[in-house]
Amino acid sequence: MTMTMSKEAFGGNASPWVSRIAMAAIHFFILVLFLQNVTADTWSSIIGLLFAHLYSVVALTYWSRIERTPAGDTVVVALTLEFVLVAIIFWDRASAWPWSTMFGLALVQICAFAAVRYWKELRGAPASAWFGLIVILIYVMVAATAPIIAPFGETEIVGSEYDVWSNKHLLGTDNLGRDMFTRIIYGGRNTVGIAFATTVLAFVLGGLAGLLAAAMRGWVDQILGRSVDILMAIPSFIFALLILTIVGTSVPSLILVIGILDATRVFRLARAVSMNVVVLEFVEAASLRGEGLWWIIRSEILPNILPPLVAEFGLRFCFVFLFLSSLSFLGLGIQPPTADWGSMVRDNATLITYGDITPLLPAAAIALLTVGVNFVVDWFLHKASGLKD
Amino acid sequence: MSQIGKMVAQRLALGLLTLFIVSLIIFGCVELLPGNFAQEMLGRGATPETVAAFNRELGLDLPPHERYVNWLFDMLQGDFGRSLANQREISELLGIRLQNTLFLAAVAAVIAIPLAVSLGILAALYRDSIFDRGVNAMTLTAISFPEFFVAYVLIIVLGVTLNLFPAISNISEELGFWEKVYRTALPALTMTLVILAYVMRMTRAAIINLLASPYIEMARLKGLRPGRIILKHALPNALAPIINVVVLNLAYLVVGVVLVEVVFVYPGLGQLLVDSVAKRDIPVVQACSLVFAATYVLLNLLADVLSIMSNPRLLHPR
Repeated sequence: MTMTMSKEAFGGNASPWVSRIAMAAIHFFILVLFLQNVTADTWSSIIGLLFAHLYSVVALTYWSRIERTPAGDTVVVALTLEFVLVAIIFWDRASAWPWSTMFGLALVQICAFAAVRYWKELRGAPASAWFGLIVILIYVMVAATAPIIAPFGETEIVGSEYDVWSNKHLLGTDNLGRDMFTRIIYGGRNTVGIAFATTVLAFVLGGLAGLLAAAMRGWVDQILGRSVDILMAIPSFIFALLILTIVGTSVPSLILVIGILDATRVFRLARAVSMNVVVLEFVEAASLRGEGLWWIIRSEILPNILPPLVAEFGLRFCFVFLFLSSLSFLGLGIQPPTADWGSMVRDNATLITYGDITPLLPAAAIALLTVGVNFVVDWFLHKASGLKD
Repeated sequence: MSQIGKMVAQRLALGLLTLFIVSLIIFGCVELLPGNFAQEMLGRGATPETVAAFNRELGLDLPPHERYVNWLFDMLQGDFGRSLANQREISELLGIRLQNTLFLAAVAAVIAIPLAVSLGILAALYRDSIFDRGVNAMTLTAISFPEFFVAYVLIIVLGVTLNLFPAISNISEELGFWEKVYRTALPALTMTLVILAYVMRMTRAAIINLLASPYIEMARLKGLRPGRIILKHALPNALAPIINVVVLNLAYLVVGVVLVEVVFVYPGLGQLLVDSVAKRDIPVVQACSLVFAATYVLLNLLADVLSIMSNPRLLHPR
């Protein structure tokens, strides 16, 4: 009853006025950004404008499909306006980085949409999961809007070496006189971004191979399975060091090497869980019906193995993230002058022997994110297993 | 007994095959090196004669399969070739470094494994109590930390602030046993913290898995004390997974030591590997990777064999 009332009050499902206001706000805002920057960086503005339109279409479609409440609408509109307001207050920085600003805006809205959509589940989440979610949210926002938040440039030398904490340099400066706070913000963007890309690659490769092995069995399964066994027989850290010595440590080769090494773990899991599904009757029925291999994988197997894969994604991300920072810490990962949490710890490690904890902050940032992701995965696994029995 | 013998022999054969393939991969990786190896090592100014001489000296003018066989047989006889960076015998470098790494792993294992297993048993005994939850939360957090974070926190707290242990583990042959232990305390402690979580959680899970079985129910209904049920009835059957995870973590102790050694400037194999990678000293990298990989494969094999041997159903066939 209340459902229908709220729907009527807000004009039904299709293009309700709230989403119109939100979209109009974004469009207006982006148009201003566009006009502001059209001379400075035309391409960036045009791509930004296209991105904004694409995003609006996706958001409008999604928006009309979810179960809405007045409270939810208010949250989304309020957050949008708040972000626009903040961007207007810091207009100089926001207009200098139209890309980051727009990503930030899109993220705010996506998070608000998701929060409204999954509010029922979220309300029942334990405190640890909430803590994890908020940590992840903050990291993602900071990573997306890094150039706007950071007070200095990523590689800009702004003071003397190893300055102490002050008002100008919140966390002091590093071994080359770059602002530590700025480097931590940019480091988050680089390290988290690369770790995320690597995890996605590992999942695409390993997940697809695992599904194929389970669905086709026979020699495909044998070949894939044995090659993975061999790759896994070599300790992955040592293997990565060996290969990176040979191919060199550029970002693409880092992503590729770690992605392939991690794909073996994903393969094992994807194959094991989909093996349980492949033998069920509905898959057999589908193949008797004459459905193709791809259809069976996508529509019969994949939806049934999604929960363990999603949980594995979180754990894998943590693993890749730690792996990458460890490599960077050894000076064999992301190369300077790109800011990165692992190498920042290494570069400033001398301070530690004087009892200064500044070099530990990037390490603590790594630890905080992995703890957060672990908490969320824990909650997710608990929920997924609870639904089963 | 013959069934066990057969399974063990099978695993051993498989392990040897794995070792062979691993050596093939490690050798093959270098073959993939783009460009001419000699040219890269000698620089642009090298004349064709010096390049040829360099190739002959390292045996690079032979076809790949011959080189592989030579390399493998030399290695089996303990000759790993010479380092490109300082022309020293690699076997000389390797011997002492490996000893140090194994020493560190042993110290860490002696602290970590009894502690982890007994904590796991206690957590299973007092499950769902505050103690259990506290230990669980702590270990979950410990897993999430990067190793160098744990290491530096230990340096700051125990090394710099309390001044209990040296922050840099500089050990050498001449030192007495206890002095060596004292100097390796911080790296060993770091590794203890890292593996403690895994072993403890697995021990707890292995025991709790069994607690729902009918024979444990029977023991409980007989009126046995919980401690006795867990130690006498559950533990022997949980032994296989526990041994498995312990040995796998030993493998981790030897292989995962790289970062910890670098933080504490410990003169071990991991440090050597990282230095050589930075210098692109390929023969040393190959040799180190092979030693690490062999240790890893062998310990995995040991875990396999031990878990077969400790399986009561296989030990006492009907």
